Amino acid sequence: MNDSRLPAAFLAPGSSSFSDFLSAQAPDLLPSRRAVPPGNAADLAPHGTTIVAATFPGGVLMAGDRRATMGNIIAQRDIQKVFPADEYSAVGIAGSAGLAVEMVRLFQTELEHYEKIEGITLSMDGKANRLAALIRANLGLAMQGLAVVPLFAGYDLSIEQGRIFSYDVTGGRYEEQAFHSVGSGSLFARGSLKKLYRDDFSETDCATAAVQALYDAADDDSATGGPDLARRIFPIVHVITGDGGRRLDEDEVADIADRVIAGRMSRPDGPAAGLT
Amino acid sequence: MSMPFYVSPEQLMKDRADFARKGIARGRSVVAVQYADGILFVSENPSQALHKVSEIYDRVAFAAVGRYNEFENLRIAGVRLADMRGYAYDRRDVTGRGLANAYAQTLGTIFSSGGEKPYEVELFVAEVGDMADQDSVYRLTYDGQVADEHRYAVMGGVTDQVVAHLQEHYQEGAALEDALRVAVQALGRANDDKAVVTPRVIPSEHLEVAVLDRTRTRPRKFLRLRGARLVALLGERGPETPDAVEPEGGYATSAPQEPLPEDPADPTDQVSGGVPPLEDPVTGEPPVAPPQQPPHP
Repeated sequence: MNDSRLPAAFLAPGSSSFSDFLSAQAPDLLPSRRAVPPGNAADLAPHGTTIVAATFPGGVLMAGDRRATMGNIIAQRDIQKVFPADEYSAVGIAGSAGLAVEMVRLFQTELEHYEKIEGITLSMDGKANRLAALIRANLGLAMQGLAVVPLFAGYDLSIEQGRIFSYDVTGGRYEEQAFHSVGSGSLFARGSLKKLYRDDFSETDCATAAVQALYDAADDDSATGGPDLARRIFPIVHVITGDGGRRLDEDEVADIADRVIAGRMSRPDGPAAGLT
Repeated sequence: MSMPFYVSPEQLMKDRADFARKGIARGRSVVAVQYADGILFVSENPSQALHKVSEIYDRVAFAAVGRYNEFENLRIAGVRLADMRGYAYDRRDVTGRGLANAYAQTLGTIFSSGGEKPYEVELFVAEVGDMADQDSVYRLTYDGQVADEHRYAVMGGVTDQVVAHLQEHYQEGAALEDALRVAVQALGRANDDKAVVTPRVIPSEHLEVAVLDRTRTRPRKFLRLRGARLVALLGERGPETPDAVEPEGGYATSAPQEPLPEDPADPTDQVSGGVPPLEDPVTGEPPVAPPQQPPHP
């Protein structure tokens, strides 16, 4: 903080949006304002991969694998791709990892800033729309290969249930029912969840289904990391209920992952779903 | 062209200071007390929406007395400054000292510049540390002076009795319940006449209470205490006496008062003045016009 009077813009009444304030005061801090020379920049930086989210009665959870890739190289084995956005929501990111992490930080600050200035939290749809605006601002970079595609999930206190939103690179916002997945392994994860999902899941059941889905994604997609038994690196699972959000402990996830792996020892393709 | 009268700088500053002090003294006091797990703020504030104590950042809180629009402006500026710094650097890099400095420069510049009305506000900027000895409370006055406060601090309104009570009863490292009780009792003496000491019991719904609690597990340490939680912490206090006087004097730090019942017959009625109301205050009917002479054919 420089030791001079607060600039007039700080004292001016107006927007409760942090990103609007930033774009007027310090636009160079916005992730979407970076000028990238023409050409495809996709191979410059690591990419994050698969995220899954699923609702259960009384809440919603989001899980992500831990791998970031750069071409054929595993850039990081224990990257965090699922973040709490605020008390009642979480955001998971696929795509260009560096930009995505910065965008999550901006989104977290945006929600907190609104909450502090207005004294109340944004509605669930309001949060989802703010995230859409941030993604839309990133379209220029997305067209150069630096796309960020998040998955947003949260507990809507007004209707008392979990909700999931997916996005496209142009900032399109789509509400998903029951479960969804984004990232390179999302096709396999979604197929797996389709067969495993029940709408009477308990929290643990739901977390198990998410870990199963990530296992299936890792099974068929080289960019998605499976459970790393030697290093004990397991997916990050973030659960949100009416009491708020929490990241499941390493031990809790390790237990679930161990059970999933034990099942796969006898049946490598995972649990069999009924035919009818 | 008329020559302006010469006003000595001493007189000019004194006038401005008197003006600001008068505005601040109209408001009710805010008390900040250090307790075992952090810093406690208590204020008498009948409004549930217009806060005097607010969160700025993870470990930093803000409390103010005086003109609501002015300190609300400063609060928003503080939130913007803190969020921007936390975003550009890291959450750990937002400090109470930096914020207090920015406020001090702002208030000081406005106070000494001839063109602007001085702010009629007094602020606390508090930061809670990992240990009790790292807690800090800064007090900022209308002219940009900064003071580093310890143990307890009081600002706004009539503070003498409040300070005297705290001086007598404050205990270092007290639990939250005890610190809260002492602070609320102290505030109950705010409007005492100098001669007669009749402590009031402030109703719990008129108390604005917040803490910066270092024991909270999440990064944001600010927490408002209200409702059942506050009543439980306060314990049994005897019959409550709401504040009869309205010391805010038009400086809206409190909720607008209920309008008095209209009495058109009373020439001193402040609501309707001397003008008859547009409608009957009892039935809501428009007044009947006096009978007119029918026009002669």
